[in-house]
Amino acid sequence: MRAPLSWLREYVDLPASETGRAVAARLISAGLEVETVEQTGAGLKGPLIVGKVLAIEELTEFKKPIRYCQVDVGSANGTGEPQNIICGATNFAVGDKVVVILPGGVLPGGFEIGSRKTYGRLSEGMICSERELGMGEDHDGIMVLPPEHEVGTDAIELLQLVDEVLDIAVTPDRGYCLSMRGLARETATAYGVPLRDPALLDVPAPNAQGYAVSVSDPLGCDRFTARTVAGLRPDAVSPIWLRRRLQKAGMRPVSLPVDITNYVMLELGQPLHAYDRSRVDGPIGVRRAEQGEKLTTLDGTDRALDPEDLVITDNRGPIGLAGVMGGAETEIAHGTDGGEAAGARPTSDVVIEAAHFDSVAVARTARRHKLSSEASRRFERGVDPEAAAAAAQRTVDLLVLLGGGTAEPGVTEIRTPSGPRTIKMAAGHPDRVAGVRYGREIVVRRLQQVGCDVYGEVATGGTTRGADGEEELTVTVPSWRPDLTDPNDLAEEVIRLEGYENLPSTLPRPLPGRGLTERQRLHRRVGRALAGAGFVETQSYPFLGEAALDGLGLDADDFRRTTVRLVNPLSDEEPGLRTTLLPGLLAALRRNLGRGSQDGEHLALFETGLVFLPREGAGSVAERLPVDARPSAERLAGQDAALPAQPRHAAVVLAGARERSGWWGKGRPAGWADAVEAARTVAREAGAELTVESAQFAPWHPGRCAALHVTLNGERVLVGHAGELHPRALKALGLPQRTCAMELDLDAVARAGGASVAAPEVSTYPVATQDVALVVDASVPAAEVEQALRSGAGRLLESLRLFDVFTGEQLGAGRKSLAYALRFRAADRTLKAEEATAARDAAVAAAVERTGAELRS
Amino acid sequence: MSAPNKSYDPVEVEALKPEEIDRAVQEALGAIAAAGDLEALREVKAAHAGDRSPLALANREIGALPPHAKAEAGKRVGQARGAVNKALKARQEELERERDERVLVEEAVDVTLPYDRAPRGARHPLTTLSERVEDIFVAMGYEVAEGPEVETEWFNFDALNLGPDHPARTMQDTFFVQGRHADGSAAGEDSGVVLRTHTSPVQIRSLLDRELPVYVICPGRVYRTDELDATHTPVFTQVELLAIDEGLTMADLKGTLDHMVASLFGEGLGTRLRPSYFPFTEPSAEMDMVCFVCRGASVGDPEHPCRTCGSEGWIELGGCGMVNPRVLTACGVDPERYSGFAFGFGIERMLMFRHNVEDMRDMVEGDVRFALPFGMEI
Repeated sequence: MRAPLSWLREYVDLPASETGRAVAARLISAGLEVETVEQTGAGLKGPLIVGKVLAIEELTEFKKPIRYCQVDVGSANGTGEPQNIICGATNFAVGDKVVVILPGGVLPGGFEIGSRKTYGRLSEGMICSERELGMGEDHDGIMVLPPEHEVGTDAIELLQLVDEVLDIAVTPDRGYCLSMRGLARETATAYGVPLRDPALLDVPAPNAQGYAVSVSDPLGCDRFTARTVAGLRPDAVSPIWLRRRLQKAGMRPVSLPVDITNYVMLELGQPLHAYDRSRVDGPIGVRRAEQGEKLTTLDGTDRALDPEDLVITDNRGPIGLAGVMGGAETEIAHGTDGGEAAGARPTSDVVIEAAHFDSVAVARTARRHKLSSEASRRFERGVDPEAAAAAAQRTVDLLVLLGGGTAEPGVTEIRTPSGPRTIKMAAGHPDRVAGVRYGREIVVRRLQQVGCDVYGEVATGGTTRGADGEEELTVTVPSWRPDLTDPNDLAEEVIRLEGYENLPSTLPRPLPGRGLTERQRLHRRVGRALAGAGFVETQSYPFLGEAALDGLGLDADDFRRTTVRLVNPLSDEEPGLRTTLLPGLLAALRRNLGRGSQDGEHLALFETGLVFLPREGAGSVAERLPVDARPSAERLAGQDAALPAQPRHAAVVLAGARERSGWWGKGRPAGWADAVEAARTVAREAGAELTVESAQFAPWHPGRCAALHVTLNGERVLVGHAGELHPRALKALGLPQRTCAMELDLDAVARAGGASVAAPEVSTYPVATQDVALVVDASVPAAEVEQALRSGAGRLLESLRLFDVFTGEQLGAGRKSLAYALRFRAADRTLKAEEATAARDAAVAAAVERTGAELRS
Repeated sequence: MSAPNKSYDPVEVEALKPEEIDRAVQEALGAIAAAGDLEALREVKAAHAGDRSPLALANREIGALPPHAKAEAGKRVGQARGAVNKALKARQEELERERDERVLVEEAVDVTLPYDRAPRGARHPLTTLSERVEDIFVAMGYEVAEGPEVETEWFNFDALNLGPDHPARTMQDTFFVQGRHADGSAAGEDSGVVLRTHTSPVQIRSLLDRELPVYVICPGRVYRTDELDATHTPVFTQVELLAIDEGLTMADLKGTLDHMVASLFGEGLGTRLRPSYFPFTEPSAEMDMVCFVCRGASVGDPEHPCRTCGSEGWIELGGCGMVNPRVLTACGVDPERYSGFAFGFGIERMLMFRHNVEDMRDMVEGDVRFALPFGMEI
């Protein structure tokens, strides 16, 4: 809502020197979001006067029409002689009154006017358009004024060019502030001065002579006032003051009747509609639309109506979407402005509708038809139902005054009776909400300023709203505040008018907390460990499309292709939610490479985040539960059952060098083992034992892919994969060959870990080291050999480490040698050489038995 | 080697003459002092302290002396050998020190050589800033609560007093999730499931799951259908706080906000609440803090504009308010007995003004150059 300060002053006596910024500060403090204070006409400097065009010479030697004009500017130029001015517009004639700026003047935006030679003539000033004066966007030509304005009149004042406009973002609860009336009320309260309420008008009593109206949906429409004005002058146009107020409020002047309805809406907050009576066929009705009905709205759009839409009808059917937009068929013809209602004669008689429609009905219709209008915005947020009659009266008055019409005596008013709304509140409730002692007097005064009637009585026990003996207030809220329904709403009114800035600052004392959970600590540890290992964290969007999954080379029936799908994705290319972190990470990797991270440079990324896995065999439609009490456990469980599984995954991608080359020597490229090690890093942080075995799983290289398992409740659970990515996938994704990746289910790893660590016995006896080299078939995983050695070595084994892997001709094709260093130690004695050797032999024997290993001598 | 011989007069033994001993000592000391390096000293040692050195030979002659002469000669030779050995040892140490120093100089390296063999990584600043905020409240006794990102409309809207036709529900541009029947077939658009538009559903879950009083901080990712540009992102990080207890007031809300601002930006920065509207709080407010860079000095001073606050003097933090009693009712909490407050703000925006991030896209694109300078903590 844009509120010109000059207009606001009409209802509130503000100090003359009060600036727009000062008013804005008061209103912000009272809870209005004043976004900007615009200085209209900023930098404007006269002489800017009304001139009269005396002569026009058309200059034809130029590419576009140019006029050389003589303009009477009275004595404003000091000589009284006509002013010679070049003008590029052609929408005026000799005798027209125009706005002239003389040399020395400055237009808004700092455009200085001087005498200058142009188009072969000396131009001494400029004839102005509305846009050049900062009045509006209209630039179809120069501004032609009504003839009654005197030559030489100061146009800065006449056109009210210098003003301040407060642009206020009105929150959904303050619909009444979408009007000057509402803003004036807030301003008056903020300054502690009286309000001249523009809605306090004498309104004639309803009678039976008014335009026939029948409301068949009293819930959708509880008020309908209809008035008629006849005999509007066909040449009547909106006066400058009316046009200027509309322009400053951000609306475009259209025609007198439309301008008046818009003006009254801005003034009182009541949306109005004016029908051309000659184009309405019979009585006006209000009902829900019928299946199959159609309507062409004022914006020229043909709309198929929904049976829920509330419509205005005449004998032919719908003529308007109630509270949203009128129909084209009954539109006002635009008189001299040349209306779009082509061929129609100017409207002479109008029917004025001032009605109150149900906010939900209007909101749904506006949403359904994607049609948000000035009217619908107001009805959605709540319009004062008691203002309808006054708004209709104000419209009639202006049509009579400015349009030369005659107010007809008929007054139609349909009302669904409704009582005043009251709220009971303990007098001390605002104090308890704020943590401030306001006291009864302030509470009552503030509520009265809001427009409430307040009655108090001392509760005699049994009330739930205050302590026994505490006074209970019965507060009748004003008709323009449908948002006030609960005691807390009233508390807010008191607290905001007393000033949020005056609230004290105190600290509550919560019960001692238990700190972060194990899971939360783990997430932090994993992040630190991976970052410590050289990975940089990314946070990708979880939106996923087919293309990314195709690029990974997933089979058609791969489970990761079953995604949670969005109804309204940002991009139709990515309608799903991620089932894997890899697409986002790989895209980030590609982006880094594209931005000049060179081939061979170190590039390692990680991400942890949720993936979204539809539950097999379960629906995903959530019940809309009531909100009047805690839902049952069963129904709450139903809510969770409608959600997909959302485990937290951790993933890494690596490309280029893991270790750089440099003055110290050669670098080392990132390889599959780094990806597996990243998985071990995560598992280690979780305290989970990770077992690794070879696997084939897209998008990994079939020969370089590790399946990662943990043991959970005695069962082996697959938690992820790591290794080098498939060359075909890398090619499809435009990534360097040998790029590696790891992804695992962090939640599953966390569940498998977390056991408390039992401290080892630290023996101070000497260690006995034994090396063994075992030759096995190349297909035997090292992990199996190690496991066999460990189990055979027994409890004297302190540690075991694979220090070399060797293949060569002397071993024979398809064979490999694995060299292990075994360290033995006893807790209570120095081991004898025979003991260590016996343990080693037992270890080797186990390896021989389980893996077919041969001891290499 | 000579055997004892009674006929020998001790003074007749040339090598044991005092003047001979003295001469041998003087020669030895001269040679020791003249030895220029350890090799030369080794030769000197062999010549003057070795088995065939004059003093060693003299020593051997002692055995042939008559007993009465042995003592005196022994003492003289012993002192002489002691002096030589002492000088040798001193010179040896001196020469070794010189050698060591020379070697250490030769082994010197250029310690300014860079060493980026295994480059470091970093955590994302959105993660670490969120954790920093969490830690402030954890220190106060709050606990961190989490919840699903795909959420039901009841949790995301209805329970928060955002009814089906609430205007605010259309303001929050929501991603809706397609419904499915149990057999996998599409169940239309009205599934009642959305991508959460705020972390407030976690507040609802906390009120349903936890014992009262509840003091939780709810960080997490949220979603709205904005296109990505310099100041908007459809996926962002929110931190919300919820405190429900007996007798909590708006003054407590203000004090808690003050504490957070002091913890994140330093002491002495004012905060302000401005009335606002949110369906889930009543009364509601916008939270601002005094600009921690210019502290308001840039207001009305075009010569010294402030980039951080746009010379407004205030920085908008987010929304807050007293939890609407209707929200408590929906969670089965008695609003006559309990009250409380909530606030929430965007971590992206805070990262932008706290660390001068110019473009929100930097936070989502995963360019390593953005995250690396932030390191492990923020």
